[in-house]
Amino acid sequence: MAKAEKIPRQPMPEQDPQVRKRNFDEVPLGYTEEQAVKEAERCLQCKKPSCIEGCPVSVEIPAFIKLIREGEFTKAIHKIWERNSLPAVCGRVCPQEIQCEGRCILAKKGDPVAIGNLERFAADWERAHGKGELPPKAEPTGKRVAVVGSGPSGLTVAGDLVLKGHHVTVFEAFHKPGGVLVYGIPEFRLPKEIVFQEVNFLERLGVEVQCNVVVGRTVIVDELFEEGYDAVYVGVGAGLPRFLNVPGENLIGIYSANEYLTRANLMKAYLFPEYDTPIVKGKDVVVLGAGNVAMDSARTAMRLGADRVRIVYRRSREEMPARAAEIHHAEEEGIEFFLLTNPKRFIGDDQGRVKAMECIRMELGEPDESGRRRPVPVEGSEFTMECDLVVIAVGAGANPLLTQTTEGLALNKWGYIVADPETGKTTKKGVWAGGDIVTGQATVILAMGAGRKASDSIHKYLTWGW
Amino acid sequence: MFEILRREEMAGGTVVLNEISAPLIARKAKPGQFVILKANETGERIPLTMADTDPTKGTITIIYQVVGKSTALFKSMQRGEQFQDVIGPLGSPTHLEKLGTVVCVGGGTGVAVLHPITRGLKDLGNHVIAVIGARTKDLLILEDKMKAASHELHVCTDDGSYGHHGFVTEVLKQILEEKDVKLVVGIGPVPMMKFLCKLTAEYKVKTMVSLNPIMVDGTGMCGCCRVTVGGETKFACVDGPEFDGHQVDFDELMQRLSSYKEEEALAYEQHTCQCQA
Repeated sequence: MAKAEKIPRQPMPEQDPQVRKRNFDEVPLGYTEEQAVKEAERCLQCKKPSCIEGCPVSVEIPAFIKLIREGEFTKAIHKIWERNSLPAVCGRVCPQEIQCEGRCILAKKGDPVAIGNLERFAADWERAHGKGELPPKAEPTGKRVAVVGSGPSGLTVAGDLVLKGHHVTVFEAFHKPGGVLVYGIPEFRLPKEIVFQEVNFLERLGVEVQCNVVVGRTVIVDELFEEGYDAVYVGVGAGLPRFLNVPGENLIGIYSANEYLTRANLMKAYLFPEYDTPIVKGKDVVVLGAGNVAMDSARTAMRLGADRVRIVYRRSREEMPARAAEIHHAEEEGIEFFLLTNPKRFIGDDQGRVKAMECIRMELGEPDESGRRRPVPVEGSEFTMECDLVVIAVGAGANPLLTQTTEGLALNKWGYIVADPETGKTTKKGVWAGGDIVTGQATVILAMGAGRKASDSIHKYLTWGW
Repeated sequence: MFEILRREEMAGGTVVLNEISAPLIARKAKPGQFVILKANETGERIPLTMADTDPTKGTITIIYQVVGKSTALFKSMQRGEQFQDVIGPLGSPTHLEKLGTVVCVGGGTGVAVLHPITRGLKDLGNHVIAVIGARTKDLLILEDKMKAASHELHVCTDDGSYGHHGFVTEVLKQILEEKDVKLVVGIGPVPMMKFLCKLTAEYKVKTMVSLNPIMVDGTGMCGCCRVTVGGETKFACVDGPEFDGHQVDFDELMQRLSSYKEEEALAYEQHTCQCQA
């Protein structure tokens, strides 16, 4: 044990901030085999590992790390696949610091084992060197499952159920599968090629993916049952942008984060005019909000050639919801933070393009219902900030396209689907739901965790009944 | 999958009709709804309101004017070629009901969108007066179809080369003076719709317009297509594309439509150069 603690946590090699802030290549470069084995040696192989409890899909972490340590990289990825169909994604975007790594025994006295980096290594190694061997699959059951939405929760359900022998069809409204992994998370954080390969892995397992199908418009949930599906999983995400409802919000150059990131990521507007979709390239950019989506937007704007990018947030640094690692990466790339500041209105030029934003200073008052101290405006502290591009990243709500066309599906007051937190069962027979359309905007892995619980429940239903 | 089964050029090749195989969409589509089309891997998502659908054949018909790179690319596609992606039906269908005398006014390619609505209003037993216009005679489209879909058809050209010499609004004004009109449907270029609504507001006649803002997903996810209607922000892709014309902020819509003027010009120029090379 003493020996293991002496090896320091292997740092993840990264692109230099000054270089990467102008390109869309991935920021972390990944471990070499030597680094991965060395890092794996740090794992104490606890008898009662708490890291697994910290993982929403319960990956057998010590077991796969042991296999990496032994140089059995293919076996390591097969071990992960038993519980997680998207390891290359999770290794990159999970908030490990509050999950597996946060529970690692080594974290008590020093740095935890770099579980996320190791998961990513195993997935990347298999993609580069593996023989494409698939995990074992159960005999066909003859049951059909429709999964609505090809984001992290939908893909998890699809992967779980196809391995149990059910026929799974995934419906995606966009022209490419992956949901938020493709339209939302930028290339430099999660290369799209990796997402497509993870989807391709599911297709090789037998999952059928149908793009360009908007459930709620092209087809409705009840029709899926008529077409012979035995169960429906709804994982459509939080696809409704929030705006601020302040004057001037419809000026040219003001985007929702959903639009800005969709143009940049899914439509590849950063490659315009090679790709046809344009995007406003601001020189003086303001991003409103301080979550992961705000960081992604700010770093995208920097890569699109901004001279200056400012994050404007109404609370203080402590309340910023983004992962520490994302804030750190943004700061390294020169993103500035304007805290305790709130926009009052946007000011446009004679062409209707945004040219400035009037703001007011805030101070923290008493805690609000979220437990965080409520920001209150400081009277008379208004000031004007020049800007030529604004991205509003203050969260997303529930998109009503599917829910309004599905009878018998109970919603809460915000329009999210009511689902049992343990099983994902909704109030409509044969329909499960999970991810952001149930919880509101959260993380990739929480959506996957919800997908896992739902797929267990769907499997039980298909075997034993509702 | 989204194969072009029929292709026609109209208005001297400035307007193109494509009948496309899209059975899932054709089965569901109603008048007033739109689709989003993407020609190829690098293409842009372009929203177009459907001009017709045939659920039995499993086809949808779009009619578009060539205005930029994407529509020029669409035009270059021949019968038998395929759109990579077609998504729909999107937006809310037109609310059609029997009201009495209604006037359907279309300008430019707006006539293509107006046609199924006109037909629907006639089928419900309304007395339908149609007014269609174009800059000049050669640019006029669907005259015969509009004639069949209405009880009375008026044609206008800006240059007087055919029909009434002048704007559709002039003919509409005459009709509003003479008849008890219950509803006006106006679809065409934004300035036309703006002035039409100004006119019908004077006569206090309910007016419906179909808007064509820039969109990305078309499912209410991005907010790109936001328009101000009655002082509130609406998403044309889910709340529309049809709205009460008297409530729409047309000036804002026109400005937002110009968001990518420079980029569009650049892309079109490069596309034209490549085609000539």
